[in-house]
Amino acid sequence: MEQLAQQLVNGILIGLVYSLLAIGLTLIWGVMNVLNFAHGEFLMIGMFISYWLYSLAGIDPLLSIPLNAVALFLFGMFIYRFVISKVMKGPALAQLVVTFGISIFLANFAALIWTPNFRSIEHTLLSGTWDISGVKLSIPKFVTSIGSVLTSLGVFWFLRNTRIGKAILAVEMDREAAVIMGINTERINSLSFGIGSALVGVAGALLATNYYIYPFVGGSFSLVCFCIVALGGFGSIEGAFIAGILVGVVQTLGGYIFDPAYKLAIVFAMYLITVWIRPQGLRGL
Amino acid sequence: MQGISSKQMALGGVALALLIIFPLLVDSSFGQHVMILTFMFAMCGVAWNVMGGYAAMFSFGQVAFFGIGAYASSFLLLTFNISPWIGLVAGGLISALLAAGIGYPCSNLRGHYFAIATIAFAEIIRIVFNNWKLMGAAEGITIPMLKESLANFMFHSSKLPYYYIMLAFLLVSIAVCYWVSTSKMGYYFRAIKESHEIAKVLGVDVVRYRLYAIMISAFLTSMAGTFYAQYILYIDPESVMIMPISVQIVLVAMLGGANTVLGPVIGAAVLIPLSEYSRAWLGYKGTGVDMIVYGTLITIIAMYQPEGVWGSITNLMRRRK
Repeated sequence: MEQLAQQLVNGILIGLVYSLLAIGLTLIWGVMNVLNFAHGEFLMIGMFISYWLYSLAGIDPLLSIPLNAVALFLFGMFIYRFVISKVMKGPALAQLVVTFGISIFLANFAALIWTPNFRSIEHTLLSGTWDISGVKLSIPKFVTSIGSVLTSLGVFWFLRNTRIGKAILAVEMDREAAVIMGINTERINSLSFGIGSALVGVAGALLATNYYIYPFVGGSFSLVCFCIVALGGFGSIEGAFIAGILVGVVQTLGGYIFDPAYKLAIVFAMYLITVWIRPQGLRGL
Repeated sequence: MQGISSKQMALGGVALALLIIFPLLVDSSFGQHVMILTFMFAMCGVAWNVMGGYAAMFSFGQVAFFGIGAYASSFLLLTFNISPWIGLVAGGLISALLAAGIGYPCSNLRGHYFAIATIAFAEIIRIVFNNWKLMGAAEGITIPMLKESLANFMFHSSKLPYYYIMLAFLLVSIAVCYWVSTSKMGYYFRAIKESHEIAKVLGVDVVRYRLYAIMISAFLTSMAGTFYAQYILYIDPESVMIMPISVQIVLVAMLGGANTVLGPVIGAAVLIPLSEYSRAWLGYKGTGVDMIVYGTLITIIAMYQPEGVWGSITNLMRRRK
């Protein structure tokens, strides 16, 4: 029983990080209908920025969060401006392939300049575990997931209460109507890509405190995030948030009950079963 | 789809004759290897086209069928000493059945949702094989050595037989794709591509024809998988079940021009030699420079050649007429 509770807690902790990653992805997907295969590689870059800031300048990963967000925001805008925007009018297939090309490039480029080795940040502001009646709670993981929730809430607030946020939601609902209302959709595209990437940057800094950092770390995150986003429903931020937690819990509990080797297979199977019953995802229209 | 003109027939005949005498002129083992891989990916691209190009079902999980083809024949040969030729058919049937099994629940999925479903499916298959003791788990299967013969689907002294077998396989898949594209089924596929709803209104059984598309595609892809196993003689999940192979197949079809019969052949003829030679030149230190080049290449292709090379050529020719 204690074991089960432990797995449940672990599942929720990782699930909240998934939620943040998936919100970034679903924002991009919802606004411009582009599935960013390089999402995981953006995360990898975020983790490496935190790693180098820590090992070269002694800046704690938690303090590098704002820096990371800004860096990834600019990087995302750059990628959108010079690559993604070129294929926006092209066939859907070209959009899928272009981001896949970016992901291969980024992962291998990182491996070339930083070697494929695994690294980790040893002494952060956070360390140790809490013990709550037998259930162990790793403090870095706990703070990571709290940080993820706060950032996710921040995004909700931003989208509903600022002019830019409302414009993003408007484009997501109906691009043509948004154009008629005088919204510059090209600018919204690039902003959404930037914001989606900035969220990954935040997640990268948070994950750097308790996860191995290596050039190919993104691959597994990308695939899981796709499932979460589709599971939550096309472009639905709330859906992505809920589905993220769900996937985290299913992954850890499934791995515990069956076999850890199959934990991702269980997540993918859950995705297939869900879209069979509800092709539009949990919260899709 | 018009019939083939006599001019096109003649062109095709010349191209085929050149391909048949090519390995007799070029004695380089690596050159022949690249050609064999080119044929193999061309075949997979043609198979992808049946569902992706004509019916707009963008599969990013073709590697599942490829891998099952490779595993089915290898397992049957290793455990029951069954000829790889029977294994080829068995693998094709298993793949087609599995394709129906995955295609049915996904019959309402379109666009990205379908693409993600195929990725999820292929990843499940990979994870299962990676842990399946009977199939050698992560260590894979070494195909037992048999006497060199066509019946055994195994040749040790020369690559030539593999070259001609793969060429024949490619021709078979082109014939199947041509037949599909000119048959009633091909028109149904195009209707489905335009709109599920309209196709339904016109009386097309959308679910059934989507299943046909994915099953035909799976069978052909699985054949290529069996070939690969017999050619390399060693398989493991890392070599026949990973996602980059699926993407390679999509690229071959896209680069050549989806929804043309010969497009994927052109695509493979451009992409596979490029990636094989860049690997041979740049990849020897294991630094991944070849992969950096590859990533850049496919990004540029998608940006500047999204309709495919073949599409651009035919557009140009049409304009000249």
